Amino acid sequence: MCETCGCGDPEIVPIEVQERILSDNDAQAAHNRQHFEGLGVLAINLMGSPGAGKTAVLEATAREAGGRLELGAVSGDLATDRDADRLNASGIVSATITTGSACHLDARLVHHALHHFPSQSCDVFFIENVGNLVCPAIYDLGQAENVVALSVTEGEDKPLKYPVMFQKADLVLLTKVDLVPHLDFDVAAVEDALARVMPNAAMLKVSAKTGEGIPEWLSWLERRRPAKQADDRPHAHHHHHDHG
Amino acid sequence: MHEYSIVASLIDRVEREASAHEGARVHKLHVSIGKLAGVELDLLAVAFETFRDRTVCKDAELTIRTVEPLWACPSCERRLARGAILRCESCGRPATMTQGDEIILERIEMEAPHV
Repeated sequence: MCETCGCGDPEIVPIEVQERILSDNDAQAAHNRQHFEGLGVLAINLMGSPGAGKTAVLEATAREAGGRLELGAVSGDLATDRDADRLNASGIVSATITTGSACHLDARLVHHALHHFPSQSCDVFFIENVGNLVCPAIYDLGQAENVVALSVTEGEDKPLKYPVMFQKADLVLLTKVDLVPHLDFDVAAVEDALARVMPNAAMLKVSAKTGEGIPEWLSWLERRRPAKQADDRPHAHHHHHDHG
Repeated sequence: MHEYSIVASLIDRVEREASAHEGARVHKLHVSIGKLAGVELDLLAVAFETFRDRTVCKDAELTIRTVEPLWACPSCERRLARGAILRCESCGRPATMTQGDEIILERIEMEAPHV
């Protein structure tokens, strides 16, 4: 009731919140990050359009690593286990996160997958996001690095068309570069586009088919691996939450 | 269509706030969305219309303030024009986004004796 004049109108009071709407996701992502860092695992959020070659790059990564690194992956997939099956066959311990109609992974889905994941001892853990250049960009999953796969068949202007995705990227993998001789694709143009949306623009040209650039990609990963902690038992930190 | 999941988080947050204030009626929500936040405002409005039924937000108006993206050099604070190469012209450092990617619940207007 309005106390000023007693008019009977309800009194409207502003409540200041000033908080990120996705703060619950942020908190879950921070928890995931603590898991990864506590275990000395380099977590990579791998994003890109459907068909950009995310799974193929990971298969090539496993071939190049040749057992030197223990690789793990979860693949966000709307309906199938095909990516995880391919990755398991290539030697990457892998599981699917079935998203149904959801167009992106969020930190809660990744957390759930981590607790059902068969291995806790990966050196590099790939979170292969749902194929989509829009939605996955705004959800922190707890990764150390965001990597975006962009294939040469998608065109040079994609960074300008999807700036939100590319501004969040720590690295862009330009995939399928073995096709460049057959296409009117201008590598300098994509580099220019990236420099306008991605402040610390970094791009590696790779081909899963020929293996070009895969050693450089593997070195990029190796340089970012955290030091393994002396006590790297799974779940070394204390948990306050329910793992239902 | 992550706008639906954003609206679900928004309504959750407002419900928590409303119950902390003893179930006050919610009149208006003020959110700010950066133009480089990756959120489609039309879709957000449609998602809000769809989801607010049977929630504390059923009679609430959603007002959205859009925020222009701005980039600046982290050391000399020189502003960069939109579409420019995102490196400072004078010192060469990578620019940082100072605004334009926010997805924020700023304020809730409630009708309540206990606010």
